[in-house]
Amino acid sequence: MTTPAIELKGISKAFGPVQANKNINIRVMPGTIHGIIGENGAGKSTLMSILYGFYKADSGEIFINGKKTEIPDSQHAIAAGIGMVFQHFKLVENFTVLENVVLGAEDGAMLRPSLAKARSQLKQLAEEYELNVNPDAVIEEIGVGTQQRVEILKALYRQADILILDEPTGVLTPAEADQLFRILGRLKEEGKTIILITHKLREIMEITDTVSVMRRGEMTATVNTAETSPPHLAELMVGRKVLLQVDKVPAKPGEMVLEVKNLSVTDSGGVQRVKGVSFNIRAGEILGIAGVAGNGQSELLEVLGGYEFGTGEVKINGHSIDLTGRHSNGQTRRDRGIAHVPEDRQREGLIMDFMAWENIAFGYHHDPKYQKNRVFMDNVSIRADTADKMERFDVRPPNPMLQAKSFSGGNQQKIVVAREIERNPDLLLVGQPTRGVDIGAIEFIHKQIVALRDQGKAILLISVELDEIMSLSDRIAVMFDGKIMGERLPDKTNVKELGLLMAGVAGEAV
Amino acid sequence: MDLLTLLQVLDSSVRMATPLLLACLAGLFSERAGIFDIGLEGKMLVAAFLAAAMASVTGSAWIGLLAGIGASLTLAIVHGLASITFRGNQLISGVAINFFAAGITVVIAQSWFGQGGRTPQLGDGARFQSITLPFAESLSVVPLLGPIYKELISGHSILVYIAMLIVPLTWWGLYRTRFGLRLRAVGENPAAVDTAGISVVRLRYSAVLICGVLCGIAGAQLATAEPAAGFIKDMTAGRGYIALAALIFAKWRPWYALMACLLFGFLQALELRPDLITNVIGIKVQGQLLSALPYIMTVVILAGFVGKAIPPRAGGEPYVKER
Repeated sequence: MTTPAIELKGISKAFGPVQANKNINIRVMPGTIHGIIGENGAGKSTLMSILYGFYKADSGEIFINGKKTEIPDSQHAIAAGIGMVFQHFKLVENFTVLENVVLGAEDGAMLRPSLAKARSQLKQLAEEYELNVNPDAVIEEIGVGTQQRVEILKALYRQADILILDEPTGVLTPAEADQLFRILGRLKEEGKTIILITHKLREIMEITDTVSVMRRGEMTATVNTAETSPPHLAELMVGRKVLLQVDKVPAKPGEMVLEVKNLSVTDSGGVQRVKGVSFNIRAGEILGIAGVAGNGQSELLEVLGGYEFGTGEVKINGHSIDLTGRHSNGQTRRDRGIAHVPEDRQREGLIMDFMAWENIAFGYHHDPKYQKNRVFMDNVSIRADTADKMERFDVRPPNPMLQAKSFSGGNQQKIVVAREIERNPDLLLVGQPTRGVDIGAIEFIHKQIVALRDQGKAILLISVELDEIMSLSDRIAVMFDGKIMGERLPDKTNVKELGLLMAGVAGEAV
Repeated sequence: MDLLTLLQVLDSSVRMATPLLLACLAGLFSERAGIFDIGLEGKMLVAAFLAAAMASVTGSAWIGLLAGIGASLTLAIVHGLASITFRGNQLISGVAINFFAAGITVVIAQSWFGQGGRTPQLGDGARFQSITLPFAESLSVVPLLGPIYKELISGHSILVYIAMLIVPLTWWGLYRTRFGLRLRAVGENPAAVDTAGISVVRLRYSAVLICGVLCGIAGAQLATAEPAAGFIKDMTAGRGYIALAALIFAKWRPWYALMACLLFGFLQALELRPDLITNVIGIKVQGQLLSALPYIMTVVILAGFVGKAIPPRAGGEPYVKER
């Protein structure tokens, strides 16, 4: 029997009262790809940070290639042959690829010999693993897919035999993700051991040999990928059966609600983010906008929500709305029947230090129901209203007096969704409704969005999760570089075609 | 205006620029590592005081210099503790250091020497004297180059030459050594440095300490190098802030820092020769306006009129490991 490349025994770690990892045991065989799947906050990243020396475990042992190893800091992890590709890349933006690779792994105090050596090594690695990167390119000028390759090269340059990737496909187009998987396959052939952390079931099924499931800090199961299925894994993750598909009846589009003509947005840095976009949404339908993050979707949402300026024409129920910001803001947008679930709930959707009931009142302070008289607000009625909404949206714990930051991501999102949907808007803008939200809450939020559509409301859904776009939308538009590359019907397209559009390759429907 | 007068003005520009340059390079090390330092002023001030005081007591300029560096280093360590170890606000720590320095120097000077917050006049041995470079006299007959050598290049204190040498040294250290690569990286993205297995804390402390040493030399130059002869109250007169403006003007690059500081030095030198201005432009300019010139220039630079300067990206933020 071969010794495992990595073996963790009884790893526990607590942050204050929160037990992030509870008695974790795991064995990963050399030359395999092992997946770790779990919801946000299940403790996957904490576990890997312990392995990379970022945190010290409260108890437990780490064995690398059968040898007990202490990893008090990253340097020891690197020495033990562990390389890590973080979800948020750890690259120096204005350095070249070469400088980033060399940083921390220099030979001697002088820079030039180190750079020369790294240059020839990079060339070798590029040939060996098809990891082609121009060593003199500056990081901020290359795409995220290439940046990720630099991170992998960094690990390989440090002679890592064990590579940990944390949510590596979050920022990639489907084509880039495929390429990454090819590279990982190649690394596996060369005998490297790979740990892939993800919350995407599809990736686990596609590439891993074995998979461990984490839930609430515990390792609930380790199975061979070939012997499992996505619904089974989802059940292990959540602890109950979940519906992966959204149940919905065909849309019955009605009156035109939103008409957008030639909308452009230029940001404060003078960069044009949205370039002459036109589309419309009817009552009772969901328009999904797909695209890799940073292609103008955020700005589009911000203009429609009333806190970014634009040019062009936007009509709601046939009336033009002001885009210059002179006569409009988030408040006037709400008066026009636009509700908005912003992309970043912690920055735009909630004030984290405020209590749930205070957050529920935001944007709707003028509601007559919330006023005691002309001067004072009626806090008692706001709290009652909040308790009522929390009940119906299954926010846990249903306590209006808790600060927003003490809820989990999914429950925070439910608070925002409850606030906006309950106002019965004509148009609902939703950005990344399920980012960082657990599967159970995703199911709930999706149902709410579909229910609102069935009441005859128009919905603009922006998401980087292609699965979400595919399952919720009645029509799909794809944004790339500030432009809409095309519109498709969900049952007449596929991930591959959408992926090409997301990468800026315009094509006719196949 | 003849060549000789021009050379004299440039000569005093170089002298005036020296403390600015040292402080500017001090700030460069600190800020490149991601630690903003408004406390350059305060560090220079304590260094100037202690250098003058010790030089006056011991009669040795060199002992004065070491004492000045020591004083500046002490405050640098305080700034390091506040902003690296305890992750405090770097601006507030810097401001506190400046206030502390402005007060403590005068109080100690008064109780020590009883001369109204100044140190006694330094005798010749107790201050850095001008050095006449070899052949300055004999070469002075060579047209143009001779006078430039004699008037402009020769005849400064040793500290001026040291400061000029530190410019290429800084450049070399920053761009040609492992330390420089790591230093630049830690000011841009400390997380990258940390995950590469390098200690962010140690790197930042070394930058802050280098900053302390350079500010110490700057202060000693102000108080103990010819023609200065002792410490007087508030003698840095905002040079720490001007150095910061020069640093922004130079976009955190050493050679540009030299140019920026020479420009500021020139403006300060003009103040010493109001007669020249009158001769050249034909109008009598108020002395106060001339004195204000470097500060006006500072405001203009800080207001961003000289193009966009992008500071090191992680500047001003304490590093906390994230999950």
